[in-house]
Amino acid sequence: MATLHIPTPLRAYTEGQAAVRVDGTTVGEALAALESAHPSLTKHLRDASGKLRSFVNVYVGDEDIRFLEREATPVGADTEITIVPSIAGGGR
Amino acid sequence: MSLLPELSNEEIARYSRHLILQEVGLEGQRKLKASKVLCVGTGGLGSPLLLYLAAAGVGTIGIVDFDFVDASNLQRQIIHGTATIGVSKVASAKARIADLNPNVTLDIYEEPLTAENALRIFAGYDVIVDGTDNFPTRYLVNDACVLLGKPNVYGSIFKFEGQATVFNHQGGPNYRDLYPEPPPPGLVPSCAEGGVLGILPGVIGTIQATETLKILLGIGTTLSGRLLLYDAMNLRFRELKLRRDPDAKPITELIDYQGFCGLTPEPLAPSEPFTRLSARQAHERRQAGWDPYVLDVRKPFEAEIVALPFADRLHPHEDVLTIAASLPRDRDILVHCKLGGRSAKACEALAAAGFTRLFNLDGGITAWATDVDPTLPTY
Repeated sequence: MATLHIPTPLRAYTEGQAAVRVDGTTVGEALAALESAHPSLTKHLRDASGKLRSFVNVYVGDEDIRFLEREATPVGADTEITIVPSIAGGGR
Repeated sequence: MSLLPELSNEEIARYSRHLILQEVGLEGQRKLKASKVLCVGTGGLGSPLLLYLAAAGVGTIGIVDFDFVDASNLQRQIIHGTATIGVSKVASAKARIADLNPNVTLDIYEEPLTAENALRIFAGYDVIVDGTDNFPTRYLVNDACVLLGKPNVYGSIFKFEGQATVFNHQGGPNYRDLYPEPPPPGLVPSCAEGGVLGILPGVIGTIQATETLKILLGIGTTLSGRLLLYDAMNLRFRELKLRRDPDAKPITELIDYQGFCGLTPEPLAPSEPFTRLSARQAHERRQAGWDPYVLDVRKPFEAEIVALPFADRLHPHEDVLTIAASLPRDRDILVHCKLGGRSAKACEALAAAGFTRLFNLDGGITAWATDVDPTLPTY
């Protein structure tokens, strides 16, 4: 189990939930649990080959999983996983 | 120290609260007077940024924008006012800054920032502040800062959430280390489609202004290497580590940023399984007797603000297929939303479900209100 934080732009696909508890011992398993509960999320998180999209970053604690073991990064019961997508707003 | 400009008696009085701060002091204030900051965008983020940088006594401020002040801007773009609705944003900002601090020298660039002019415009400034609203310009600002070795003070906002950091400062990471590539168009909604709490850019823009002053003064610890996340709804700040990406491709030149962000429309348009109509085209067709089934794919609260009087059905675009069985297959269907993005997605979903007579209202109800029926409000 780990806690997964969902950013505002993706909450439209999680019935508005900001954080969910998910099963899994790695980031990949936790994301898979999230995606199986909310299948419409997948196309926003992954490209056609199943790779995490390059404008979606995933953090374990305050570390980017690209600099850990990517989706194989282990997670425990107290782990906080945060999805941080690219946003561009600010001007108009 | 001797190369720094002197302060007049008026400036000494004006900046007295800075002068008695040891960390700023007379030398720091003179440094600010000698400093040059470029602010790209005078919108939600640019408004508080420009006001605070001007008030703080940054000697030269450049502003890049080619938009005009609209009533819908005033909920958050506090440098502009009711009196400047319809005026160019740079002229509106210039008047406000001249009143706030006449000691500031303003450089006005009333033009879009492009790969052709960015390096020339950026060259004369110490710090670049990114207050833009779109991915192509953000990557352009980043790449130009990397090529010129200038710090890029970054902020962006969406609904109730903001992000801020300092890119490319003293060998620190840049935007491409954080996000190597932009999202494809349409996948991430803009503030115009998703909405934004008016105060949010005030918080993020003020953080950007703070970081800018710290860089100019050489004091404190900047956000370089840290991504600050702000969640206004739960009042939570979080910090994430930001590192140089060893796999990042080196930035060697400016590129076609519209193309990089997938915004070059030509290759996509012909293969779309629906027909695009401008508000004027749809209106002309209706005048000539065209009677499509009109499907509004916005949220119910948006239809409460304004709706087309001849709409037949309201159903949000995300799960439009759940009503597919009750939509006519033997009649044209005109799909609309606020700006045309969500309705295009709904058209694609319906086309995949076998519908063939689909029309998308480009520009949405906003274009209809602007170009056809000005009695309707825009939001």
